[in-house]
Amino acid sequence: MESKLETISLPHLPASLPIHVALFRNVQNSAFLRQQLLAGNADFEYAMIDASLVFSRAHAMAAVFRAMNDYLNSRLKSHNVHSEIVFSFNPTNNIAESFRKLGISDSTKDLLIIKVSVSPDITHDSVATHLASSVEGVPMSFDDSTLSEIHDINKIKKLYKLGALPSPAVKADPSQPMPGAAKDLLESSLIGAIALRGS
Amino acid sequence: MTEEYKPPALPSPFTNTTPAPTLLVQGAEAHLYKTVSLDPSIPAALKVRPSKPYRHPILDRRLTRQRIIQEARCLVKLVREGVSVPAVLAMDWEGQGGEESAWGGAWLMMEWIEGPVVRVVLEQWEAWMKKHATALDASQMPMEEDRVRGLMKRIGLTIGGLHKAGVVHGDLTTSNLMLRSPAQGQRQETGLAASAVSMEGEVVLIDFGLAAQSTQDEDRAVDLYVLERAIGSTHPRSEQFFDSVLLGYRESHKGAGSTLKRLEDVRMRGRKRSMIG
Repeated sequence: MESKLETISLPHLPASLPIHVALFRNVQNSAFLRQQLLAGNADFEYAMIDASLVFSRAHAMAAVFRAMNDYLNSRLKSHNVHSEIVFSFNPTNNIAESFRKLGISDSTKDLLIIKVSVSPDITHDSVATHLASSVEGVPMSFDDSTLSEIHDINKIKKLYKLGALPSPAVKADPSQPMPGAAKDLLESSLIGAIALRGS
Repeated sequence: MTEEYKPPALPSPFTNTTPAPTLLVQGAEAHLYKTVSLDPSIPAALKVRPSKPYRHPILDRRLTRQRIIQEARCLVKLVREGVSVPAVLAMDWEGQGGEESAWGGAWLMMEWIEGPVVRVVLEQWEAWMKKHATALDASQMPMEEDRVRGLMKRIGLTIGGLHKAGVVHGDLTTSNLMLRSPAQGQRQETGLAASAVSMEGEVVLIDFGLAAQSTQDEDRAVDLYVLERAIGSTHPRSEQFFDSVLLGYRESHKGAGSTLKRLEDVRMRGRKRSMIG
């Protein structure tokens, strides 16, 4: 299967710790993937996030950065940096809740998968190969226009308790992006909530 | 011989950042750097509150942590409410290296606001007026004054929005007000002499280091009073236009009237309330 895995070098992080990100739609084997996570299968140590709760690239990167900073300072609250990334998407300090709400479930169709090169043998190619053989889904580009077709604004607002935000109008046509101002406002509020978690 | 100046060390993870963040301002409480956000094409402001070695480490950590969190909470709340302030991008209040660490500081990464501070705009305008006052014809003078009144009114509206959202700034000066430069290609300087100072752009409030959540008329009135005094002392030629700030403020929200009434009291006694009695 064609790989759309993107490898990102986030500013401020050591160059030796690139982030690999893959987005899949219409995933068929979520139950299997979740089972591997629960079983602690090291080959499947990924951050697996329900992509319907991912608003934008910047939203995802804010969560990754929060987890990476806590990782670099040895203050992870969960098992590893990958579970920490899932937890970092959560606006509150409840780890179990974050996995339940944001993590992969048996019925997840759209999936964001993130892997950090925490050891030298984790490379773009190794991750791409493993994902291609393990995830039964359609690889998509990790960009805002794809995410805007996948994400569920109402679910995101509910999770982050941002219901009072001016609703960016019900999207009659999902292919149309939200108006710029409303998008910026929601995105900034999400990123702020991620930064402030636990304060 | 003076020692060679050594800029303060950056906290992790910004020791990795290339190019290194550039130090812009070094205050008593914090250092401000310009760097990039998590998208290398978008700039960001980094405010670092270093630990203070003369304070007891536990107290130091607690104060630094409280203050940076307070600032970030205010900013996040204001962004949600649609008040124009820099958005919070990332932060860290934990210090580094465990409980008895060497560094009890904290940092806050914020949206970069491109544009001049109002202090510079007014200074330039006053200098320009001084130089051209005699050459201006009868119609230009009131036009120039109207531009300043317009700016003052926008400032009043913005402060009103801030107070309406339940936050007081605590240190309102013209250095803590910016004019966000319009995106390139959108400038619309209408009929201005080339040398005149631009007053375009959205008014943005910055530096919430002393901000607090409050809806009390007293705190709000002190915000206005501090700004009035700041303009009076920094921009003598613009002081006469401060009324326009209050005009904008009055229009901004329902509670403005009682705050403006309280401002009269504050003017009589100054910022500090008497501790006697």
